[in-house]
Amino acid sequence: MTYKRSDGRKLDEMRPITAKVGIIPNADGSAMFSFGKTVAIAAVYGPRLLHPQHMQNPQRAILRVNYDLLSFSVSERKKPGPSRRSQEISKVTEWSLSPALELKEFPNTVVDVQIYILQADASTRVAGINAASMALAHAGLPMKNLVCAVAIGKMDKDLVVDVDKDEEDFEDGEGATDFPVAKIANSDKYTLLQLDGKIQPHIIPKALKLVDEACETIYEIQKKALKEAAL
Amino acid sequence: MSAMDTSALTQEMLVKMFAAGKRFDGRKLLEQRDFTVEYNISNKAEGSARVRMGKTDVVVGVKMEIGEPYPDSLDKGNIMVSGDLLPMASPRFESGPPKFNAIELPRLIDRMVRESHMIDLSKLVVVEGEKVWTVIIDVYPINDDGALIDAAAIAAVTALMQTRIPELNERGRIDYEKKSTKKLPLNDGILPLNFTFFKLGDTLLIDPTREEEEACEGKIMWGLSHYKNKEHMIHSCQKGLEVPLNREEIEQMMGHLPKLYDDTLKKLQKFLK
Repeated sequence: MTYKRSDGRKLDEMRPITAKVGIIPNADGSAMFSFGKTVAIAAVYGPRLLHPQHMQNPQRAILRVNYDLLSFSVSERKKPGPSRRSQEISKVTEWSLSPALELKEFPNTVVDVQIYILQADASTRVAGINAASMALAHAGLPMKNLVCAVAIGKMDKDLVVDVDKDEEDFEDGEGATDFPVAKIANSDKYTLLQLDGKIQPHIIPKALKLVDEACETIYEIQKKALKEAAL
Repeated sequence: MSAMDTSALTQEMLVKMFAAGKRFDGRKLLEQRDFTVEYNISNKAEGSARVRMGKTDVVVGVKMEIGEPYPDSLDKGNIMVSGDLLPMASPRFESGPPKFNAIELPRLIDRMVRESHMIDLSKLVVVEGEKVWTVIIDVYPINDDGALIDAAAIAAVTALMQTRIPELNERGRIDYEKKSTKKLPLNDGILPLNFTFFKLGDTLLIDPTREEEEACEGKIMWGLSHYKNKEHMIHSCQKGLEVPLNREEIEQMMGHLPKLYDDTLKKLQKFLK
């Protein structure tokens, strides 16, 4: 029997997406991105001179990402401050974004990306990446292209697109697999791959195909939001 | 071994060699170094193992503690994986707050063990809703010569297979004096292992030495098992470093993983009592 999604979505259907650029006046670039009830905001500061000086790289700018859940964004209050989880997500997010940036154009500088989750209903890291990618473009940084991200799930034997909290906790059959992926838009360059669960190796290419399709939609929404901000 | 970074010259050389399918130590690109597993590293641990793979050397000890269950799993025991990249193991490891690599290693082992359901956590309840066992897996490298996570995964899994649940005294505390023969409950036929693919130029390889690892520009870790002896199943994955992976590379890895797993499991058999 095919898995039925609790909110009635089709298996390959994402939750309603909203995206807005220019939400933090102080930042050089900023954006909000949400998948249904998951809301991420991101701010970019830089490129600016990196201090202390010994951390500077004379060949390129350094990208520094900080991702975290705000304390009230989850059911049980999250203790403020970095956790092992948030440090890991910050780092993989940094790696998911940096290949899209022309960091060599800004030696000795740092680009700071701050990502916070206001409301969490799973897929927070991918929502954060989508917001950060728009914020980097909004800051006017030269980019190869935008980065788009989505979480593919496997519920027992069925693949679903854009995992929500109910699905993350699914336990029947082969249980739930969460497979967040990011890629550079319009390419087959995958910049984030993480996975938890139970999935057969031959299913991975099928999941990547779903990523590609979903990212086409996300890319259009990101571009539209950026154009609206430019008006 | 010097503390200097791999030079650009070495990296250039390695790009050419890898492209021709060659390595400094004569191995093939997808050939894992031989390894040995030694047990009972510490008689104070409830289970322990030491894995030597080439010059890479990792110890894992398992300690069992009694604690409260998590509110969302009152009928299950807990798993915790920690450890540290000891400065003893490499001139590149430093004391102080854990850097990213020291967070990545235990988290990947944690997800591999947890998601594979290797440990039957439902059998680790002492008093439902109140007292459960926590399985604490501590990973420490003794000498890092590359592919630390792959070696640590072997050590973690073999240490768990040796683990005994301590006896409790009448007050419900652990009696460290009594020798226990009660094995940690494991689910039959689940033995997860980790394989990290590294990328340099357009070449993929596994089990790099430290020098090769430092020259590489991309990597991705895959934790998998031959789930319940039925089919290969991936339980954990994480891509690291900046260089993206393309679809073809990911598909290639999916083709290689089942065989890599089967070959390593075969080598591991002689160490499993």
